[in-house]
Amino acid sequence: MSSSTVGLPRGSILGTRVQRVEDPAFLTTGAVYTDDVVDERLAGAVWVTFVRAPIAHARITSIDPSAALAADGCVGVVTAADLADVPAQEPMMPLFPAGMAQPLLAAGTVRYVGEPVAAVLTTSRYAGEDVAELVEVDYEPLPVVVDPEAAATDEVLLFPELGTNLVCGSEAEETDIFGDCEVVVTGRLVNQRVAVAPLEVRAAAAVWGDDDRLTAWVPNQGAQATQSALARMLGHDTAQVRVITPAVGGAFGAKFGADPEAAVVGWIARRFGQPARWVESRSENMVGMPHGRAQVQTVTIGGDRDGRVRAYRLDVLQDSGAYPRFGALLPTLTLLMAPAVYDIERLSLSYRSVATNTTPVGAYRGAGRPEATAAIERAMDLFAAEIGMDPAQVRRRNLLPPFTEPMTSKGGAKYDSGDYPMALDTVLAAAGYDELRREQALRRERGDEKQLGIGLSVYVEITGGGDESGAPNENATVEVHPDGSATILTGTSPHGQGHETVWAMLASEELGIPIERITVRWGDTDLVPKGGGTGGSRSLQQGGAAVRQAAQELVELARTRAADVLEVAADDLVLDRDRAGLAVRGVPGTGITFAALAEREPLLVRSVFTAPGATYPFGAHLAVAEVDVETGKAELLRLVAVDDAGVVINPLIAEGQRHGGLAQGAAQALVEEVCYDADGNPTTSTFADYPIVSATELPSFELVTTETPTTYNPLGAKGIGEAGSVGATPAVQNAVVDAVAHLGVRHIDMPTSPMRVWAAIRRAGTES
Amino acid sequence: MRVSITVNGERRTDDVEPRLLLAHYLRDVRGLKATNIGCDTTSCGACTVLVDGETVKSCTVLAVQADGSSVTTLEGLAGPDGPHPVQAAFQAEHGLQCGFCTPGMVMASAGLLAENPKPTEREVRAGLEGNLCRCTGYHNIVRAVLAAAEEMAEA
Repeated sequence: MSSSTVGLPRGSILGTRVQRVEDPAFLTTGAVYTDDVVDERLAGAVWVTFVRAPIAHARITSIDPSAALAADGCVGVVTAADLADVPAQEPMMPLFPAGMAQPLLAAGTVRYVGEPVAAVLTTSRYAGEDVAELVEVDYEPLPVVVDPEAAATDEVLLFPELGTNLVCGSEAEETDIFGDCEVVVTGRLVNQRVAVAPLEVRAAAAVWGDDDRLTAWVPNQGAQATQSALARMLGHDTAQVRVITPAVGGAFGAKFGADPEAAVVGWIARRFGQPARWVESRSENMVGMPHGRAQVQTVTIGGDRDGRVRAYRLDVLQDSGAYPRFGALLPTLTLLMAPAVYDIERLSLSYRSVATNTTPVGAYRGAGRPEATAAIERAMDLFAAEIGMDPAQVRRRNLLPPFTEPMTSKGGAKYDSGDYPMALDTVLAAAGYDELRREQALRRERGDEKQLGIGLSVYVEITGGGDESGAPNENATVEVHPDGSATILTGTSPHGQGHETVWAMLASEELGIPIERITVRWGDTDLVPKGGGTGGSRSLQQGGAAVRQAAQELVELARTRAADVLEVAADDLVLDRDRAGLAVRGVPGTGITFAALAEREPLLVRSVFTAPGATYPFGAHLAVAEVDVETGKAELLRLVAVDDAGVVINPLIAEGQRHGGLAQGAAQALVEEVCYDADGNPTTSTFADYPIVSATELPSFELVTTETPTTYNPLGAKGIGEAGSVGATPAVQNAVVDAVAHLGVRHIDMPTSPMRVWAAIRRAGTES
Repeated sequence: MRVSITVNGERRTDDVEPRLLLAHYLRDVRGLKATNIGCDTTSCGACTVLVDGETVKSCTVLAVQADGSSVTTLEGLAGPDGPHPVQAAFQAEHGLQCGFCTPGMVMASAGLLAENPKPTEREVRAGLEGNLCRCTGYHNIVRAVLAAAEEMAEA
């Protein structure tokens, strides 16, 4: 097949810093999020407000809606008793016990503060808050278990009929793996619960239309998954649900599928015969949207005094929250990635996921992989400290050698390509490692109040993994219109990742149509019935690859048609990018444009790209922190990130993805934590209480890009969305610990708050 | 209660509930939905607008308190000659991703530069402490504000 072009030679748009085409609207009128949607189908919508459980574990003895129903502006009150036509909810994964599925509204028992108990319908948003307070719910308190280690003892049960809080788990095949090790170090690491906290909270708008279907506007990460989740929860056929995706104000893993509240809004729209809308408050979001992380990890690492690590054991206790969701499965990814970038002879891996009286745990940027990296990278530092060797040296000693052909790790993951020693060397050079160590030594010698810490992590993570349904794949449709413009339909679902720009770049490269004339559409299940959405850093490597493939196939289709029209051999036709069409080889000025072909009959191609498997981007991060040893206050001074996600298509956007991940990783290491008191009352349920990271707590980041292509897609690209949070979390934590290591401190759990750091220094002082 | 508020140069009189927040007035009464609401504790700044030139979190002001005032929202920031330098810089520096914090962030940045036309990086970070962004890690937002400051100094 000919790939030659005519016209002036020009550089490829791919790999260049193209500014986002979506930005002008965002910056002038603002995007249209779910709460902004103005649509005649939603005219006269009732406003839905949820009544939520105020205690963590209780039997509901009665619900009296009479005062609410009598109030001004109240249209109705819905409780579990009204949902008789809704099927019993199924567990999110077949692996979970059937009895642990969350009902749409609490049925008889509440199991976490914030669980939806009733919904009130009002004529206005403000009336909803008034009326919700009038629903009288009587609770009979039950014993509460908040701590996953306590939950694992099964002394307090969330589901007494099941006899256990255990959701799922796996035993280690072998636990006696440290026999020949000169040194064995053990640590208990808390990978704390954090709030996902997208700036846009959860919302829904729904109408049961004349077409006898539910049409729902829901912020999501993939309309097709939201469609099937709503259909499943409500007992409809998928074909009876249409999902439309407005602009989405951040998701980070927490907006995949649909939550019970959205299903209730859909149910109301049908039952009450009028459209319904819901937007939660931030305080509701902080207890209602699934949280992230929430693991207690026990690591044991053994090896020789010369720095060689021989054995690594990781036992994960996952807090799944009250009703198991994706969070209960996070440890499976954590264990898969347990040995990470290291060549370790023997592994022993186990996990248990247990239910507690807390908000369910779900996916949050990285979802299981940051936890794996945090465990091994802390363990490496514990080992280095024990044998008195430089942490960079210990890492270099144990890294897997570079590889270009896929290889299977001891954890069972099939890494596609990687060069971890290069990443480590690059970050050490970029940061000026030796100079930093000298500065640290000086400060230690002088006994400065502000001590310097240097933290490292070398990481590899999984992106674009498939699911049980098979190999990872995505579809795209490319159509050229008679006016010369083009439309792309994609099964991905951008909410900040810039697909409108990058998908247009990919099609433009193949067709010669300028990106300004290419429109990208997604997120309406009528328009795009299939799609995997955006999450797990999959979009470019599968969705982008599908766009490229569809555009290439469109050129071939056009070539066949043009050959007929021009009465020349198809092989004599070459792409004419400057005219966005095909030209006869060697005869300038001849040929036909795609637009002209589209005028004769619709010119479009739908294509599915299937990847052979997940890809494994990698990198190394180095953090520099300053710790005030008098107050325990840690400040992040520098964060140097070497990230390799294969070929970069738009550096401007890829860097933005890295920045966001770095910030969220640093935030977990330094400040953020969801807390409960012993009775299960959340103590961080507003943005005033939850210390979501701000601009003042972060430095500007120092990025170094390396590009080791993957062979798993023709772009050579791996995922970049989550890398920052995978690498940065342990790098920053290690830096804080390192700053006070000379005082005898070996470990400080995250977030490394002044209180924790100060207490660790005190404890070390007492012990030594 | 009756309020007369000028929004983006257009003065209007409306009957509002005394408890109506300025943010909801702008969104629901005036139909200007760029201004977003991201929290209920005056923490996130997504709802930041200019009231008589001062940056204000519109979720913490009642519409009646803005009676007689002149409000500028994102929709009214651009001048007759095109976008405000902060708007242009946010695009050039990729200072936004999901866009939800953006209207407030842009207004806060414009307010910051009006007060301090030549801020240092640290001053920009401190000035935007009350505006939360979950996507960008603030890196490119800070670059955008510094770039806009330079642009405005040259103009």
